[in-house]
Amino acid sequence: MPDRFRFIPARLLQSIPVLFGVTVLVFFMVHLLPGDPAVAILGQTATPDRVAALSHQLGLDQALWRQYLLFLGHLCQGNLGQSITYQRPVSGLVLQAIPVTLSLLLFALVLSLLISVPLAGLAASAPGRARDLGVRFFTLLGQGMPQFWIGIMLILLLAVNLRAFPVGGYGKTWPQHWYYLFLPALTLAIAMCPTTIRSLRASTIDVLASDYVGTARSKGAAGISLFRLHVLRNAAIPTVSIIGVNLGYLVGGALVIEKVFAVPGLGSLMINAIFARDFPTIQAVSLFVAVFVIVVGILTDVVYTAVDPRVDISKERS
Amino acid sequence: MTTAAVRASRVTNRPMSSRALKPWYRNATLIAGIVIVGFLALIAVLAPLLTPYAPIVQDLEHALESPNAQHWLGTDKYGRDVLTRLLYGARVDLRVGFLAVLIPFVVGSVLGALAGYFGGWFDAVVMRIVDIFFAFPFYVLVIVFVFLLGAGESSIYLAIAAVSWVSYAKIMRGELLVAKQQDYVAAARLGGLSHGRILIRHIGPNVLSQALIYATSDVVMDIMAIVTLGYLGLGIAPPTPEWGSMILDGQEFITTQWEQATIPGIAVVVTSLGLSLLGDGLADLLAPERRT
Repeated sequence: MPDRFRFIPARLLQSIPVLFGVTVLVFFMVHLLPGDPAVAILGQTATPDRVAALSHQLGLDQALWRQYLLFLGHLCQGNLGQSITYQRPVSGLVLQAIPVTLSLLLFALVLSLLISVPLAGLAASAPGRARDLGVRFFTLLGQGMPQFWIGIMLILLLAVNLRAFPVGGYGKTWPQHWYYLFLPALTLAIAMCPTTIRSLRASTIDVLASDYVGTARSKGAAGISLFRLHVLRNAAIPTVSIIGVNLGYLVGGALVIEKVFAVPGLGSLMINAIFARDFPTIQAVSLFVAVFVIVVGILTDVVYTAVDPRVDISKERS
Repeated sequence: MTTAAVRASRVTNRPMSSRALKPWYRNATLIAGIVIVGFLALIAVLAPLLTPYAPIVQDLEHALESPNAQHWLGTDKYGRDVLTRLLYGARVDLRVGFLAVLIPFVVGSVLGALAGYFGGWFDAVVMRIVDIFFAFPFYVLVIVFVFLLGAGESSIYLAIAAVSWVSYAKIMRGELLVAKQQDYVAAARLGGLSHGRILIRHIGPNVLSQALIYATSDVVMDIMAIVTLGYLGLGIAPPTPEWGSMILDGQEFITTQWEQATIPGIAVVVTSLGLSLLGDGLADLLAPERRT
């Protein structure tokens, strides 16, 4: 293993206490509810029998430390409890929703690259000129738009007026899934673009000023091919880590956008669970999302190191 | 540039005179930001004087009207004047947005500064807690906390505080790690000053600017959170006028009255634009050596 990959075991070790902390936080959520959690979930009108039954089902009638150990034990077996709304294991509900949300995230990532690479290149090719200022103003505006509102505006434009896309839903077959996911993915992509464009623009300007681009230019490279062969790959590296850092924000946005377009992913699952006071489902979704963010964070660091031989994370963090 | 090189440049290239290069009133970004935010604040304060209607009184005979001479932006499904609700909405969204920043700013900055200055086990504990909170997407935690604490404005403040203090802690810790290595801190220590005095009187004024600059973008984040909560039906309870819940109400009639969902969103965009410009201008003013 090359020296610069030595950070991986340390990084994995470091994430263990964080993972534990995440489980503690998710576990204690139920105890943050004011009063008896079972009453809070069922409502004031619930009969004492039902309250007692739910307390028992959630393990609330036991000592706190035992509850936590039970919670961890069940977690290790993949048992996240029983959904109060659907009376089904939560793990099944979450497993059903995960591919939907992941497809949405991936689709959005691809679309955002398709939008931001040309725009960042355009802006960086003439810093301070009209097209640069135009792109920068676009990023400033984009940053100020609530993600769900971008979605509604796209619905208004592309679904209601042009009738090119469905207003919401997920379809039944694979091609339909992608067709239905286009608008939500575009929404998320537009929401991501300000960050990726800013990062790409800044690093492209740096790369364009570097010696090796000067060399490439003196050998006759110009225009798109210069950008594609010599600039883009090097300029993309910092953007990888920017996307990694903002992943949490991205996932949060995806969850809200799912609600706008009625996409049956983790977001819809969680928000419906909030309204139904379906506590095990809320816990399971938050837990999964947090673990996902931690894992992808580690992967981003590995990819970042792999694509750029100059990066040495163990030194940067010292 | 390596981290070490960045640190070196921060230490050496910090000419105090650069702050005097451009007076604040010549900073176009800052002025544009002040004008927009000031205009919105004025609207919020003067809302009752600017409109003859009340924001929550229903008038079902005039429900869902398109923009006309009496109702410049039309009326909603309860016959309430949309423009009136938009103006009163500025009161709610701006107030909550600005107030929500206060607790996390203070708590996060203090914890981060102490962690960075003293290091050791305290630093390790605080930073692990920060990592835990960072693992959760902002909206997920805010939504869950608002749910846990019950509806209402105070639980929105608490939920945002519980989630966003971590960013201030991270920023201030980083600032302190750099600042505590500098000569003036060593000089103050040698002079026999206490840690508390050094932190508050000597380091504080030098490092607070980064947290302050972040706070302006945090106001935008918080307004987004409030609007999003309102849209999801988890925020400020109706019938109080709030931009997010106005968008939710408007979405129902998007095929006939498209302006109802569009206009409150534009209000949010203008607000964030003003705050972003203000933040950028402030950054130019407070920390010119870090701008590229």
